Amino acid sequence: MLIDTAADFDVRDYLRKEMMPHFLCPGCGHGIALRALLWAIHDLGLDKDRLAVVSGIGCAGRLSAYIDANTFHVTHGRPLAYATGLALARPDLHVVVITGDGDCLAIGGNHLIHACRRNLKLTCLMLNNEVYGMTGGQVSPTTSETRLTTTTPLGNQEPHFDACALATAAGAGFVGREVTHHVPKLKELIKAGLEHPGFAFVEVQSDCTEIFGRKNDMGSSSEMIMRQKSEIRPSAYLDTVDTPFRSNALPTGILARNDRPEYGATYRRAAAARKGAS
Amino acid sequence: MNAIDTALTGKSAVKLISGNHACALGAIAAGCRFFAGYPITPSSEIAERLARQLSEVDGVFVQMEDEIASMAAVIGASMGGVKAMTATSGPGFSLKQENIGYAAGAEIPCVIVNVMRGGPSTGMPTRPSQADIMQARWGSHGDYPIIVLTPASVGEIYSETLRAFDLAERCRTPVVLLYDQVIAQLSETVALDGAGHASATRKWASGPRAAYQPYDGGSDAIPAMARPGDGYRTHTTGLTHSESGFPTQQPEAVTRNLSRLFSKLERHRDLIDSSEALHCDDADVVIVAIGISARAATRAVEQCRAQGLRVGLFRPITFWPFPEKQLRQAAAKARAVLVPEMNTGQLRLVVERVLAGVAVEGLHLFSGEAITPSDIAARATALARGA
Repeated sequence: MLIDTAADFDVRDYLRKEMMPHFLCPGCGHGIALRALLWAIHDLGLDKDRLAVVSGIGCAGRLSAYIDANTFHVTHGRPLAYATGLALARPDLHVVVITGDGDCLAIGGNHLIHACRRNLKLTCLMLNNEVYGMTGGQVSPTTSETRLTTTTPLGNQEPHFDACALATAAGAGFVGREVTHHVPKLKELIKAGLEHPGFAFVEVQSDCTEIFGRKNDMGSSSEMIMRQKSEIRPSAYLDTVDTPFRSNALPTGILARNDRPEYGATYRRAAAARKGAS
Repeated sequence: MNAIDTALTGKSAVKLISGNHACALGAIAAGCRFFAGYPITPSSEIAERLARQLSEVDGVFVQMEDEIASMAAVIGASMGGVKAMTATSGPGFSLKQENIGYAAGAEIPCVIVNVMRGGPSTGMPTRPSQADIMQARWGSHGDYPIIVLTPASVGEIYSETLRAFDLAERCRTPVVLLYDQVIAQLSETVALDGAGHASATRKWASGPRAAYQPYDGGSDAIPAMARPGDGYRTHTTGLTHSESGFPTQQPEAVTRNLSRLFSKLERHRDLIDSSEALHCDDADVVIVAIGISARAATRAVEQCRAQGLRVGLFRPITFWPFPEKQLRQAAAKARAVLVPEMNTGQLRLVVERVLAGVAVEGLHLFSGEAITPSDIAARATALARGA
């Protein structure tokens, strides 16, 4: 994987400066993910006028307002459904969805599995901070077992979702995961997702220092990010010798890829063929 | 010539079709090029017809994973600048409400068909009802304006579908087309003449980006919309926003934007209002009804008139905003008002408010059967003789 520098990339070219300062808490990993997304967009030379960003509700949902593009901040859990209508109606637009673990996997879980199955060209960036941050720190579908949240005072008893395994099982054309520690790798992963012709699901392991970290004595943001880094197993190094020594090995990198036909193009081809035949 | 050719070429043809098919053809003629839906009785024929026909006009049909997603996809398509519609019935209409509120607040044009069936809950999927009158107006949380049209025949479903798209596009608002299962699945002859209809287009943003304010209502309270790709790069949100489109909780900006939103439809009542008064000029008794109940009431009025009784019918075609002025005018000489409806009194509640001081009697049937002309005629006769 190419690790380049950000020499020719100025994030301010892609932000709405009038919306600054942003509202994210100190230490929140979402800003790193946003920067990686904008860097990937820059690297690919995507036209901001043709870029549409659709986001749901929650901390991740608020990010669309900061991006200098056509941005749509929609209802809780539904950004993939809004984006499906937008992308089908306007195949000339590049449609990106920004969502969180609660937005995407709890209230919006049905839309995720069907977006994966349908394989319409969309890039879905799910920022996983293991918690409902905006509402004050309640348990989410990705909260690790035994973690404390405001609604799991006994420690979380529910098993957590592996979002990438879910997306893969549902047939997503592209599935990947990265941590915020590895910004250039995250950028490259998002780039690969943006370039994928069908539905691309990218999970970013983010950190919620202020609420989740504090509640669970996880230390500072840098400590949380370093812990995440220590717990991953990049898919590129699956066979390396240190793998067995890792206590908790979360796969990262590109985790699944297939070349199932993209839905929008398939639909338009079928319609054209039928018109031609009649 | 098939019906779709007729709808597109404007060569008028008379066809025997059902209300739901008339709705689908009206949508095509109005320029609808996107439909997202979810199967539900008794509205599914609209989706089935459009699944075949939208692809013939370079449109898109998609069956989504649920009712919520269908409404969301319709709004998404409309945000992209394409005329879009969904169709459903009671339970699905309930599920769509949150996103309908989004469309009202963010001012995204769209058309929602609700074919009313017996309720509450799963109710009677194949039986008619008129019990979603209030839900169509107040179904989503918060305070917002919306247009609701209540056609009473297959032909009127066709023409009101055309008008629904016009009003949605012109006023940047969701429009609900509300009709009962009887006229949805009733077949009548319809003149498919909608292709000659001058379809309204949305007011699009033009001019320099720096001067453009996405929610500036201008002189008519209807903001021009930016089409993605035209270089305006705006933000659309369900959060309360200022003229810039960005979220705000600043009290003056909130009040200003919501006041404009609430005034938007009131300022265009000339365009929106539609109602019909039959034999109301001298009527002692005025019947107020919509949909299939209004069809039955029309026959009842004829029967009463044949007996020399002064009975008339007032029929809202645009139900919300309610044609209050027109009803007061129609009932100016009435000593009694009769409201036959397939619910426990939703229309009666509105009529009682509009005609405060006049005796209003309800004829409510919620058995899953349609109200018959003789039921209405008997009550109207008693009222006319007593009055």
